[in-house]
Amino acid sequence: MMRLPQFHYYRPRDVDEAAQILAGEDDAMVVAGGTDLLPNMKRRQQTPRTLVALRHIDSLKKLTNGAGLTIGAGVTLTSLEQNKTVKSAYAGLWQAAAQVATPHLRNMGTLGGNICLDTRCNYYDQNHEWRKAIDFCMKKDGDICWVSTGSKKCLATSSTDTAPALIALRAEVELVSAAGRRTLPLQHLYQDDGIHYLTRRREEILTNIILPQAGATRSTYWKLRRRGSFDFPVLSVAAALEFDEHDVIADARVVLGAVASQPVVCAAVNEQLRGKGLTDEVIEDMAAACAKAAKPVKNTDFAPHWRKRAVAHVTRCALRELRGDDMRETRKKLARQSLI
Amino acid sequence: MSNTDTFSIIGKPRRRVDGADKVTGRTCFADDIILPRMLHCKLLRSHVPHARIRSVDVSRAERHPGVNLVLTGRDFPNEYGILPVSQDEQPLCRDKVRFVGDPVAAVVARDEFAAEEALDLIKVEYEPLGTISDPVDALNNPAARLHDYSEEGNIHKRLSYEFGDVEESLADSAHVFEDVFFFEGNTHLPLEQHAAVGMQEADGRITLWSSTQCPHYVHRAVAKALDIPMAHIRVIASPNGGGFGGKTDPFNHEIVVVKAAQMLGRPVKCCLNREEVFYCHRGRHPVLMKFRTGVDENGALTGMHLQTLLDGGAYGSYGVASTFYTAVLQPVTYHLPRYAFDACRMFTNKPPCGPKRGHGTVQPRFGQEVQLDKIAAKLDMDPAVLRLNIVEKPGALTANYLKIGSIGLAQCINTVTERCGWKDRYGKLPEGKGMGLACSSYLTGAGNSIYWNAMPHSGVQLKLDRSGKVTVFCGATEIGQGSDDVLVATIAEILGIDPLDIRCVTGDTDLTPVDLGSYSSRVTLMMGNAAIQAAERARGMIAQAVAEKFATDTGSIAFSNGRVFEIGQPEHVLSFRKALVCAEEMHGSLGTTGSYTPPDPPGKYKGGGVGPSPAYSYTAAVVEVDVDTETGWLTVPRVYIAHDLGRAMNPVLARGQVEGSVYMGLGEALMEESAFRRLPARLSNALVHREPSMLEYKSPTSCDMPEVITDMIEHPDDNGPFGAKEAGQGPLLPVMPALANAVYDAVGVRIDEVPITAEKILQALDDKARGGAGRVGPDSFPDIEWPEPFRVPPPWEGGDGNAVNKPARKRAAKMHEMDKFKKVDAS
Repeated sequence: MMRLPQFHYYRPRDVDEAAQILAGEDDAMVVAGGTDLLPNMKRRQQTPRTLVALRHIDSLKKLTNGAGLTIGAGVTLTSLEQNKTVKSAYAGLWQAAAQVATPHLRNMGTLGGNICLDTRCNYYDQNHEWRKAIDFCMKKDGDICWVSTGSKKCLATSSTDTAPALIALRAEVELVSAAGRRTLPLQHLYQDDGIHYLTRRREEILTNIILPQAGATRSTYWKLRRRGSFDFPVLSVAAALEFDEHDVIADARVVLGAVASQPVVCAAVNEQLRGKGLTDEVIEDMAAACAKAAKPVKNTDFAPHWRKRAVAHVTRCALRELRGDDMRETRKKLARQSLI
Repeated sequence: MSNTDTFSIIGKPRRRVDGADKVTGRTCFADDIILPRMLHCKLLRSHVPHARIRSVDVSRAERHPGVNLVLTGRDFPNEYGILPVSQDEQPLCRDKVRFVGDPVAAVVARDEFAAEEALDLIKVEYEPLGTISDPVDALNNPAARLHDYSEEGNIHKRLSYEFGDVEESLADSAHVFEDVFFFEGNTHLPLEQHAAVGMQEADGRITLWSSTQCPHYVHRAVAKALDIPMAHIRVIASPNGGGFGGKTDPFNHEIVVVKAAQMLGRPVKCCLNREEVFYCHRGRHPVLMKFRTGVDENGALTGMHLQTLLDGGAYGSYGVASTFYTAVLQPVTYHLPRYAFDACRMFTNKPPCGPKRGHGTVQPRFGQEVQLDKIAAKLDMDPAVLRLNIVEKPGALTANYLKIGSIGLAQCINTVTERCGWKDRYGKLPEGKGMGLACSSYLTGAGNSIYWNAMPHSGVQLKLDRSGKVTVFCGATEIGQGSDDVLVATIAEILGIDPLDIRCVTGDTDLTPVDLGSYSSRVTLMMGNAAIQAAERARGMIAQAVAEKFATDTGSIAFSNGRVFEIGQPEHVLSFRKALVCAEEMHGSLGTTGSYTPPDPPGKYKGGGVGPSPAYSYTAAVVEVDVDTETGWLTVPRVYIAHDLGRAMNPVLARGQVEGSVYMGLGEALMEESAFRRLPARLSNALVHREPSMLEYKSPTSCDMPEVITDMIEHPDDNGPFGAKEAGQGPLLPVMPALANAVYDAVGVRIDEVPITAEKILQALDDKARGGAGRVGPDSFPDIEWPEPFRVPPPWEGGDGNAVNKPARKRAAKMHEMDKFKKVDAS
């Protein structure tokens, strides 16, 4: 197997201690489940001198019901998948969590880790020897982007499943450092840059994910990938809609995953949906608008033009499901599992 | 012996003998071996695709803490390779590297970490050479030559054969169909990564443990590469965590650990990581193929001319055999009165291709079965009826002189079409839903060894003693396919004892008689026949002793349920253990041997040695598909398969082999591809495997596996043990073409290449919507200068199996290593 590089390892007991360690180290990274970071370290994509483990901090593993739901960043994807409240009130998040990687990886991987997941690119996600053979890219050790050699910016793809679902559900995240804590909408944690894809500062720890009360909001998450397990998304559509008593949309959020270096919030679509009913025509218009917003590049599985063509289809599936259409058979074909 | 009811073990579903150890983690794989004072080895692999090695500076690596030894190509003067005609590999490259991943140096250190650190300190100076990325590139750029011994330029091998005047047949045919197909390369993807441990004993003798399918061939290669007498080398095949043909070649790391163990006097282990397994490869050749097929007005074949072009990668491997296999089995499935083929293998700067499950026959089977579907559509015939009409007859001798035994293909076709409701559903399902049929045949063991010799292909030895225990020794290798179970079941059946009373020792060149290895679906038939002979000899010795005790003749002695008794004399009975006591008293220490040599093939022409097999298996499959017309998204709800395996020795295992083949076939049909990334010279000029990882090389997961409805059809073959034929490779072949044919039934487009992806289906649907042919696939076959064909008249045209001409052949460059090779053989 590939071997990890050497590093210092800290095992703080609480968030404050972790924050103190991070404040005093200039080449440190936090590690929770390690399912993303450790393979990256084996491939020498990241070689931090110090790792600060969050696994033993109990406060990060809590799910708290209040006005909404507060989920500790250290909650594993498996516990999220098994949580009844999540499944009933935040279906989109549940469907997203249940489709991350494989059961084994979900047992270790955490929600915080999936939110901070490194952006992916099939020129970058290779071991050191491969990258040496092709020559290094700007995301690590080089200065060119192999996806688009004229690009000044890294085009690596945001591949998190849970973030689009959480953004659609208007989640906020809490960040803690030795200097204090701040809360921001999850959407603002991201920026469209494959290298600097998070606005999180190096010394900050993602501690909590805060969801507002679900109320009448219905949500869903559709993931497109070649296989029914294991694979990262090549496209995902998360949608959360709130209907009034006349089945008119009071609030709408449609978010696309894996088509840019950050989750893409379809603002125009969300504006247009408000005040409308989900008629076939509206769904068609929205599907076309989402397809327009998606700008996939050639760095994942499947060709970009096909992924772009698929956006309309998957968006339509998501909206029809929220309308109440029976989409079980379509879901089974696309996801290779039932997700019910 | 034609009725399962007369057997007590054969044909009965049982737990496999090695099953409990495997599911409880007790099986000791090569990577599990830990020996006192053992060191660890890592290989430095080339990061350039084609270059001359100017220099290798290992001085810094040698000084690195924890490093015991650094080896380079200069430490290994001899070439090796699996086939005597392509001894073109070096344990570590001396002068040239030929693909990204070709090893140039090895570090042996106290642990893998130290060895890896030291790899970074080795400085290799390369002089870049022209890079060949595919066969057409290779044909166009003969100057950038990978091997001096190739026929010319980068043409490794060309073959040309004519069995009757095909052009005449085509001219007289009612219809002639011309189609070009492409089958993309793919790899074996065994879960266990290759690993080897080399050890030197105090007296200088060598032991090598390795996850190999062919310890005997590794034994020969190590002897030749390192000039060690074969008698001083012991190769132990550790249980393989999957092979599929990927562990049938001798590999660099196996030879390197032996050399290092010799030099250091300490055990040395080398475990490959997943990327390195992709670089070892020996997987499915990418093959471009062109079929010109004549049929009469009823769809019966009149003649076929097949041309194939193989992308061989950087080394010979089994390539010459693979090249033959892209053509020789075509006449075995359906009756073909006249047949001609040309086949050509090219060298390219990629990991070498070789034998993968279905070795070379998979690609042309895809082409022929899709073409038959097109023929049926054109003639407005039911594809099942068209095939039933032309199934070859049992006992036939084909146009290219392959002798067939039993053929259960018609029953296979009838079974799958009945199961799936073919008559009511084929061609009648709603848009987007479809079903497709395809058939195939496969060898049950290659009729010839990879090196010419007149010795047995498999040997089995039995040791029996007063404890009541039987120990069976055989060189066959358990690679997960269940060969240990077949061996034990065969012995237990004949001696009438419990499999638990048999200890099985396999795959150890010091202890076990030679068996050529677990490849070409040969083990059940060849080892099985050898085991029957050994067991029958033992039974004879025991019967003689027991007959004397009961004062009767040996013909009256029977063996059953752990008892040896006189038929019709209930009181004349001994336990098997007591019978062994009698036998040991009469004969002294008890032991027998058995061996198996395949029958001489009827084809006497040069090259006629590839294709003959003691028996051929037959398969038919129907694949159902569901295609979304907006995206091309493809779902496979169900696969029906019927496989004529002669006899299911253990139906549980046989079913596993058939369904495992369906799984692997679906992977090849839907997603697997050994794709490469070529960057232009103005950039990095790289040629790399696109995604050498288990995440990005897509292979189906359990979620992607459809329901499989399996029927095992038993047409016993006279040459098979209890009538058994193979089950591990043949059932893979029909899956890919059946799926392609189902896509046509569903949405009316032809995908004439694999893998068949949503993107390609959508492309074909777009093409069709624009008024095009609705096809995705290769357009043409390149012009290749073929040699004069060997002309062999078919048996029904007065042929006797010899060629009637003597075509001049450009001789491959004489390889100086050949002499050394013979020397080792003699020792």
